[in-house]
Amino acid sequence: MSADPAITPELIAEHGLTPEEYERIQEIVGREPNFTELGIFSVMWSEHCSYKNTRALLKGFPVESPRVLVGAGEENAGILDIGDDLAISFKIESHNHPSAVEPFQGAATGVGGIIRDIFTMGARPVCAINSLRFGELDNSEVRRLFRGVVSGIAHYGNCFGIPTVAGEVYFDKSYEGNPLVNAFALGVLRHDQIARGAAKGVGNPVFYVGPATGRDGLAGAAFASQDLTEESAEQQRSAVQVGDPFMEKLCMEACLELLATGAVAGIQDMGAAGLTCSTCETAARGGTGIEIDLAMVPQRSPGMTPYEILLSESQERMLIIVTKGREEEVKRIFDKWDLPWAEIGFVTDTGQMVVKNHGVVVADLPASKLADDAPIYHREAKEPAYLSEVRSFTLAGVEDVEDPTEALEKLLEWPSIASKNWVYRQYDHMVRANTMVNPGSDAAVIRIKADSVPGGDDREDFPEKLVALAVDCNASHVYLDPYEGSKAAVAECARNLACSGATPIGTTDNLNFGNPHNPELFWQLKESVRGLAEGCTAFDAPVTGGNVSLYNQNPDGAIDPTPTVAMAGLVEEERHVTTQWFKEEGDAVILLGEPADTEDALQGLGGSAYLQVVHEAKTGQPPRCNLEIERTLGTTLLGLIQSDLVKSAHDCSEGGLAVALAECTFSDLEARNTPRFLGAEIDLSTVENVRLDALLFGEIHGRVVITTSELDAVKAVERAKLLGVPAQRIGTVGGKQLKLRTSTGEHHWEVVGLHDLWWNSIGNAMA
Amino acid sequence: MKFAVLQFPGSNCDQDCVHVLQNVLGHPTRLLWHKESVLGDVDAVLVPGGFSYGDYLRTGSIARFSPVMQAVKEFADQGGPVLGICNGFQILCEAGLLPGALIRNRSLQFRCEHVYLKVATQESPFTQAIPEGKLLRIPIAHGEGNYFCDAATLEELEARDQILFQYADRDGDVTDHANPNGSLKNIAGICNTARNVAGMMPHPERAAEEALSEDDGRLIFESLIAALNPASAPA
Repeated sequence: MSADPAITPELIAEHGLTPEEYERIQEIVGREPNFTELGIFSVMWSEHCSYKNTRALLKGFPVESPRVLVGAGEENAGILDIGDDLAISFKIESHNHPSAVEPFQGAATGVGGIIRDIFTMGARPVCAINSLRFGELDNSEVRRLFRGVVSGIAHYGNCFGIPTVAGEVYFDKSYEGNPLVNAFALGVLRHDQIARGAAKGVGNPVFYVGPATGRDGLAGAAFASQDLTEESAEQQRSAVQVGDPFMEKLCMEACLELLATGAVAGIQDMGAAGLTCSTCETAARGGTGIEIDLAMVPQRSPGMTPYEILLSESQERMLIIVTKGREEEVKRIFDKWDLPWAEIGFVTDTGQMVVKNHGVVVADLPASKLADDAPIYHREAKEPAYLSEVRSFTLAGVEDVEDPTEALEKLLEWPSIASKNWVYRQYDHMVRANTMVNPGSDAAVIRIKADSVPGGDDREDFPEKLVALAVDCNASHVYLDPYEGSKAAVAECARNLACSGATPIGTTDNLNFGNPHNPELFWQLKESVRGLAEGCTAFDAPVTGGNVSLYNQNPDGAIDPTPTVAMAGLVEEERHVTTQWFKEEGDAVILLGEPADTEDALQGLGGSAYLQVVHEAKTGQPPRCNLEIERTLGTTLLGLIQSDLVKSAHDCSEGGLAVALAECTFSDLEARNTPRFLGAEIDLSTVENVRLDALLFGEIHGRVVITTSELDAVKAVERAKLLGVPAQRIGTVGGKQLKLRTSTGEHHWEVVGLHDLWWNSIGNAMA
Repeated sequence: MKFAVLQFPGSNCDQDCVHVLQNVLGHPTRLLWHKESVLGDVDAVLVPGGFSYGDYLRTGSIARFSPVMQAVKEFADQGGPVLGICNGFQILCEAGLLPGALIRNRSLQFRCEHVYLKVATQESPFTQAIPEGKLLRIPIAHGEGNYFCDAATLEELEARDQILFQYADRDGDVTDHANPNGSLKNIAGICNTARNVAGMMPHPERAAEEALSEDDGRLIFESLIAALNPASAPA
């Protein structure tokens, strides 16, 4: 065996550990750690695994509600009760740095990792969504990353057999070279099927299942916890894992089958920091110790060192602690699925994580200290200098539009607003035959039926459930005001759920930020977390888990702060499921919420897509987000939907009211190349004291466009007002044009023309 | 009617087929593991979609060697009805139960979207009960659904009326614009000369319930059920 390198200050620094951290390690271990132990600490104390820079902030999140069965941070993913003994488990996780280096595998393994987190909880993964950010599409490198990421997600999800039902994609220069890939998965289980990642039962054998360990993904977690530079990307190519969705599908089926036998005492996936993290975390959770021998671990490459085996992030592997005496069941089931398995160790009562190689101890560390005692930093936060400029921006130098024809066309064609069909048509969004609302509306809706539960459910009359999902974040707004923008991200997510007929029940967030050592960037993070926490509290949608991804920068600076918010909601009845597109000629178009905000000096144009696209300025104080107003809007809209008054509902977000209306006229698709158009005549001429561009393209919050039958229009408006939501009828559905009358004139667009711009924009850019 | 749905490692539409046959249409259905070499008491076999064996080597190419496929071949030789959907279609072609092959979509990308299908013939157990002129709206989800065969085979398919479904536009016209993958003659599904084995790329099992806002796919299963048991045909 080759000798391990000596521990030098350089080696410590290479492992991303500070001298102080190293001192602390020495205290914990009571001696100098060896090379392997240093590697273990380096991954376990990386931001990715330890949240050392953010743990203190994250304490501000609301994490409790009567629905919470497994809360944030307890296990691999949280679990919420959805009634009738059923539960959902969901989480979002980033794979930003791997995707920057190798977009296809980086994104694919991001999907694989999050799916594993879900079935580790004992749940059957039933759907996926994602949130993506790239630079601008006129850059060929950006197109390469975009193409690679989308096909990687498609490859993994489609082959695994999980429908990818919703998502969001934004394009902005700040993500050039540092794309964001946030993958979300949701699974279903009964309360009695919740599995735990704890090493329980001294003497219980520890099994390794899944494909053999290779050198791929070496120390990926540590790689994800440093600034991304061209050099680091090149050096760290080996830190990107290679995924095999077929293996994962088999592994999932075998694990769920095994869990059903009751022979499993604890289960944990090998994700970030692989074997290291799974062994020490299970021991820490179980309050036990664990001893494994690496010689027993199936290995793909010859001559791997203990360091490499422990830090490898080879995919699709699981650690299972089996009740002693029931080993045969593991063997039977994994043999049936033709999957490798190996008994690699056992649970002890020492509290130590002991790793041997052919019987020789190569690491001996206190498990709970390793897993839970990472340093916690309270970083310095300083308001960024750029914000004073942002706040001093006024509309004085911004010329209002006289004729908004071209502006609307430009906005619809803007890739961040344009249809994402180029993306989602590559994802199987219907497998499992549960997708009630396909991608393209405000939120996806899936049904939970008996075969969604692991092993099926033999209740005679299975209580089917409907779950709605949305993921949102307008990062331009967050950049310009992290607190308001983050509240707004939560509010928009909740609004999207309400538009689909759902009540929010829980949130998972993915904090994508820059280097936390930079006080200005840390300030963004701090303010953002404050906003998110308030938002989630307001909607009674506790955070059940999530992910933090820091160090998202390229040589030109940090990304726009991007706290991606994904929310799950419940739709009570099938008839409440609502989509965004207009349904019938003659229906009344109603605006819930104020058409203009007179107290906002920028009238909703701050940080708007309109300013960015038409005036090439990403600045200005973004619109305020009043959570009280948002909450009332949500419950009122739901009330109207549940009273069967609402035929379509679509929220106003990027591009404002005009973009929302346009999307309502054309976003339904009958079939391939067969859109359905339904125009509208809209009259906004009574709205005064607002610029035309602000009226049409301002992005003030708290607004939803709904349609009702002509007969129900007055009832819907009156009821909304009664409940405290401003409401007014603004037009009628019909014709082949979108006609807008304002106090300054009349404007009209052919719906088919707008649709072409919106539908084909991304496809054309990628052709 | 008793159905068997094959289950290969990597099948992922198996549960969906069972759901439709058993829960929606009310016929006893069981999953048949790929290592089984006996079909047992079944009236019809479904080869479901997915990525059997991870699509390694070539779609469907490994599944054809599985023990259960030998049993399916014998069943088909005796006239038993077999329907392959998506990856199931690819497997039946690889197994030689259907002519031709499914190659990479001409877009070189996976495609998941709804399509309209023209029912090209009612002369098969899979289409006989579909009302004449009825266009079916059913989703596709595949990366390799581009039907290809040599000219002689194509001529024979047409001469023997073996083309079951063709991609069409909403007016029922078979146009290139409506072709999602580059298939020859817009072929979406075919049957063998004995007409008891069929394969199709679209997923009728995903369009068999009002709840999913589409139930045209049901007509294909109902056709088969009625063909096997004329007494049960809906009045």
